[in-house]
Amino acid sequence: MADFLYQLLLSFDATLRIATPLMLCAMAGIFSERSGIVDISLEGKLLSGAFVAATVAALTGSAWLGLGCAMLAGIFMSLIHGFACITHKGDQVVSGVAINILASGLTIVLGIALFKRGGQTPSLPREDRFTPIEWWGVDMMDSVPVLGTIYRQLISGHNMLVYVALLAVPLTAFILYRSRFGLRLRAVGEVPEAVDSAGISVTWLRYRALIVGGALCGIAGAYLSIAQGGNFVREMSAGKGYIALAAVIFGNWKPLSAFMACLMFGFLEAATTRLEGVALPLIGEVPTQLMLAMPYVLTVLLLAGFIGKPRPPAAIGKPYHK
Amino acid sequence: MNTALELKNVSKSFGLVKANKNINLAVEAGSIHGIIGENGAGKSTLMNIIYGMHRADSGEIHFGGQHVDVRSSADAIEHGIGMVHQHFMLVPTFTVLENVMLGTEGGLMLRDGRGAALERLLHLSETYNLKVDPHALVSDLNVGQRQRVEIIKALKGGAKVLILDEPTGVLTPQEADQLFEILKVLRDDGVSVLLITHKLSEIMDITDTVSIMRQGEMVGHRKTSETSPQELAELMVGREVLLEVDRKPAKPGEVRFSAKNLGYTNAQGVVELEDINFEVRSGEILGVAGVSGNGQTQLMETLAGMRHLTSGSLNILGTEVTAADQTDPRIIRDLGVGHIPEDRHTHGLVLNFEARENMILGFQDTGLAGDGKLFDYTAIQKNCEDKMAHYDVRPPNPRLNAKNFSGGNQQKIVIAREFSANPGVLLVGQPTRGVDVGAIEFIHKQLLELRDAGCAILLVSVELDEIMSLSDRIMVLCDGQNVGIIDSAKADRQTLGLMMAGQRQEAAA
Repeated sequence: MADFLYQLLLSFDATLRIATPLMLCAMAGIFSERSGIVDISLEGKLLSGAFVAATVAALTGSAWLGLGCAMLAGIFMSLIHGFACITHKGDQVVSGVAINILASGLTIVLGIALFKRGGQTPSLPREDRFTPIEWWGVDMMDSVPVLGTIYRQLISGHNMLVYVALLAVPLTAFILYRSRFGLRLRAVGEVPEAVDSAGISVTWLRYRALIVGGALCGIAGAYLSIAQGGNFVREMSAGKGYIALAAVIFGNWKPLSAFMACLMFGFLEAATTRLEGVALPLIGEVPTQLMLAMPYVLTVLLLAGFIGKPRPPAAIGKPYHK
Repeated sequence: MNTALELKNVSKSFGLVKANKNINLAVEAGSIHGIIGENGAGKSTLMNIIYGMHRADSGEIHFGGQHVDVRSSADAIEHGIGMVHQHFMLVPTFTVLENVMLGTEGGLMLRDGRGAALERLLHLSETYNLKVDPHALVSDLNVGQRQRVEIIKALKGGAKVLILDEPTGVLTPQEADQLFEILKVLRDDGVSVLLITHKLSEIMDITDTVSIMRQGEMVGHRKTSETSPQELAELMVGREVLLEVDRKPAKPGEVRFSAKNLGYTNAQGVVELEDINFEVRSGEILGVAGVSGNGQTQLMETLAGMRHLTSGSLNILGTEVTAADQTDPRIIRDLGVGHIPEDRHTHGLVLNFEARENMILGFQDTGLAGDGKLFDYTAIQKNCEDKMAHYDVRPPNPRLNAKNFSGGNQQKIVIAREFSANPGVLLVGQPTRGVDVGAIEFIHKQLLELRDAGCAILLVSVELDEIMSLSDRIMVLCDGQNVGIIDSAKADRQTLGLMMAGQRQEAAA
């Protein structure tokens, strides 16, 4: 039993690590989608962020510089998206898909050009990465049964960006519901005409939402390549941007619910790795492909109206014409 | 004269269309000034220029004698302009207070300005009798209440000029009267009110001065006390018009169309029509009145076969239709029912098709279009030319796409198509919405001619004047229920207004 609990704890620990980029991207998605811009380009921004973080860290030897540039890369991708679909009122899904394709191709081309390793970046030494932070008093807490293990495994011992992601969730909720920016953001995603007639620029408001989202995606990318991993590998985002978008929808465009959805999707993936080849009682061996498809399956079921009723921002996907 | 707002030579074009041409306008402080004109005369564009939503191509705007450059709504608001738009600018998922705060939050955090905003809201609501709960969600408010929120929003910054764009379209006559009382109080407080409307009666009732627009130009300014509806109508249209319809008494024949306990519940389980009973006889017009959104659309679409009734039955020219019958518009049409849909752009026409193709829409399988297999474009062209001549569609060009005709001429295409089929029963929805006064006159005459030829007509319109002048009997809908059917000879605005608000008339018929 104790062994089972310990395994469960390790699963939770893995869940948190897997869910970190999802959380950051989901918050980015909430900013963008709540302002009325469909953000299918989370995936591309995440990938660009990962590539730029690893490249800059490899070239300069500074993880912090890598993080900063990753955020700028995410913002840059967001601005392309904004230019196409806010300024020029293009189709938001088409623009988003274009950005994903662009990111996928560009990271490989630039990677090969810069490092000649088939699209990978060189492995970073430990000191050039964000490494796990040991919290104060871990050894002391070890003497406490159960809690000590939880403290060591679950709470302590993650890299800084995991804590950033965890903070991003309440911060997003706070901005969205308590600040002037949040009120306007929610309004522009519902009835942009109301925002315009109140004398606020719809364009600038939506751009700001995209910029915040781009920065968050950049952090998520840096997490993948210079915190969780030690270099950039082609296509390393591997659909996490899409899963984050699914979490946004699953969470009904609300920060805390989307956070729970990220944890659920993260747990599914963590469980998958652990259940590989293991036969469960009654069910037998669970196909891992099925487990990995669960986030998508659940989201489709949600959208089809089987689990509750999603209520997207009313003006989402519609360019604003005066 | 103390001028609150003055426009000098304001012009605005959208592409090739000149929406406003050299507009001059002066509005006196503390007065109610009406702007009247047909749909598409450029009234809304002009108001959006004053409010900074559009920028004028040329010309000057003066507020309180001072020349100002209005670049955005923020500029206009700063100069004391408030606007109540035709389509409400409210966020339904927000509370009243949040909607009022939007744009003037009073600090980075909402907490900072909430108290002051609430105080201001309650003060305005008290002063001008704008009763509304600050903490209610806007989605829970009815149209009249929403309009009050809009007025509070417009006044919150201490507006000196209040613009209202077609404010009464969605109100019952009683709600409109309440609104007018509020406007009078505002005027007495020194606020200048600009009232945009296309209803002559409103101009005559409440304004002090009136300006008339036609085709993007200002064609006249009058003191209301020195003008008449007749003169205003002529200025609007540019020629003499008959305001009153010359309607002979109906000679009702046999019952052609009837509904018994008709009900419609939508896919979400919301009851949209309940227990509707009526009959329409040959040679009469049954008008359906009601504030917009009280089930008229659902009734029309159910009768036309676009939705399936969920309870009760219909009798169409002797054929019984019940909830069990999976009707569709084709079947209903084949029974001899003509339909002029409320929304001609989505249900009446294919805007990107030529006029001649639109003229056979729904009749594409009949002899009008060819032999039933291939289209005979010579015949289709001929058919369209004939009908365009007969119904005075302008320009009479069968090859022009439907979207390039004006609202009135688009409607004439639909009417030509439906009337020529000589229907036994005709369903007519909002026949003159977005149609200019000249065409309205024509359409009304055609409807009465069809009635006198023996057709049974059911007419839905949100224009009470239209219902009253055309109908022989009037059915009033409120909240999807039939409040009552009264004889139009006995109907006046007061009675109908009370019925539209849901008050049943005892034995009025």
